[in-house]
Amino acid sequence: MQNLHASLLELIRRTSAEIPDDVQKAILDSLEREKKGTIAESALKIIERNIDLAKQKSQPICQDTGSIIFYVDCPVGFDQITFEETARGAVREATKKGFLRQNSVDSLTGLNDGTNVGPGSPTVHFHQHRSAELNVRLILKGGGCENVGAQYSLPNEKLKADRDLKGCRKVILDAVLQAQGKGCGPGILGVCIGGDRATGYEFSKQQFLRMLEDRNPNLELDQLEQDILQTANELGIGPMGFGGKTTLLGVKICAANRLPASFFVSVSYMCWAYRRQGVSLKPDGVIARWLY
Amino acid sequence: MTSITIPISEETIRSLKVGDAVSITGTLFTGRDAVHKFLHDGGKLPPGVSFQDGIIYHCGPVVIKDEQGRWKVTAAGPTTSIREEPYQGAIIGEFGLRGVIGKGGMGDKTLAACQEHGCVYFHAVGGAAQVLAESIKAVRNVYFLREFGSPEAIWELEIENFPAVVTMDAHGNSLHKEIFAASQAALAKHL
Ligand code: SF4
Repeated sequence: MQNLHASLLELIRRTSAEIPDDVQKAILDSLEREKKGTIAESALKIIERNIDLAKQKSQPICQDTGSIIFYVDCPVGFDQITFEETARGAVREATKKGFLRQNSVDSLTGLNDGTNVGPGSPTVHFHQHRSAELNVRLILKGGGCENVGAQYSLPNEKLKADRDLKGCRKVILDAVLQAQGKGCGPGILGVCIGGDRATGYEFSKQQFLRMLEDRNPNLELDQLEQDILQTANELGIGPMGFGGKTTLLGVKICAANRLPASFFVSVSYMCWAYRRQGVSLKPDGVIARWLY
Repeated sequence: MTSITIPISEETIRSLKVGDAVSITGTLFTGRDAVHKFLHDGGKLPPGVSFQDGIIYHCGPVVIKDEQGRWKVTAAGPTTSIREEPYQGAIIGEFGLRGVIGKGGMGDKTLAACQEHGCVYFHAVGGAAQVLAESIKAVRNVYFLREFGSPEAIWELEIENFPAVVTMDAHGNSLHKEIFAASQAALAKHL
């Protein structure tokens, strides 16, 4: 497990210090669009410089190194227990090395033991597939943006949102409005229409594994994604909520079955410091290739 | 870009307006949830720490000890300020703060305290941990490290040319309120 440990450590380091190419490109594009000389432009310039500096110095892009969420696609018969133990060890070491901040607190005592390892941290989601490949993806999701996530139960009288796609659109845009200034925009939305209260959020977060520029294979959802992206960027909220043209960098939506009695729309918000990486591992645990 | 040096006079603070870009130099203190709750509940600042005419920075930095045993800040962006809304106004009044640095802005209680006592809210670029860490020149001291843990401790930091934007001034104006109202009106047209 020596190799696996080293590979996971490198995955954590790189996820924390290097923004994925698709996200960096989207940020640079938005910098082009903002009016010169505005505080929106200067905020994006600072963000751009920050991305470069973090990579150069191999240091966290943002000091909130977030919830540590692994998504593992593994072959049938894979030893999940050993993987999880190794992942916990890698998290401990990454924290010692400063790739991760001491960021995990006992909810009852308020104590932070400085290891980032404890109940629920890190989280590992396993998914078996009928392939010999072992793919490990990692998302570091900060607290500021997690706090502005929202779950709506439709119908929502206040927002006049019914149980249809129009209603979904209304509540998703409401989430954008409410998140302004708080989740370190420009942001990216992951949305799940349907599911229950737990799976709704769960699936909404999994949307962050998608590439920013991909398109939804479901035509209706694709239209909704494009529409919300465009509309949100016409609201004038801008980077950091300073005002400006770039409120969102992307919108990703999925749908899950629901019970007849419930209709949830779960919105997860990712900040510009969109830390997601992944590796495909050889059977001996060595990194074969990077996934983003 | 306006240069601001800590300690800050009331006059300087009252001359700032919403939308002003500033560059801040001097010594400040970090403080986030645990510190605010502690002070609000009647806790005392440790000896040698004074917020008078100073700035509190809502930040939980990543700090490591280098080979010589010196503290080094490796990441230091702002955290969401609104969580301190229940406490901030009273703390501004009681401890004589002239500035609060954070992100996301704060609410009416803080805005009123800014106007009453002469204080402003400086918005730093959220998540820009590395750029902001570069403007931190030295760690002078740390307090409550054991009690609150590293991100929640009070770090005394020497900063130079720290970039921020005034988003709440001492005249009752809030950029956050303005943008919220404008974006809400814009959204109404799209529904
Ligand atoms: S919301 Fe994101 S960028 Fe902002 S402080 Fe949290 S993790 Fe960092």
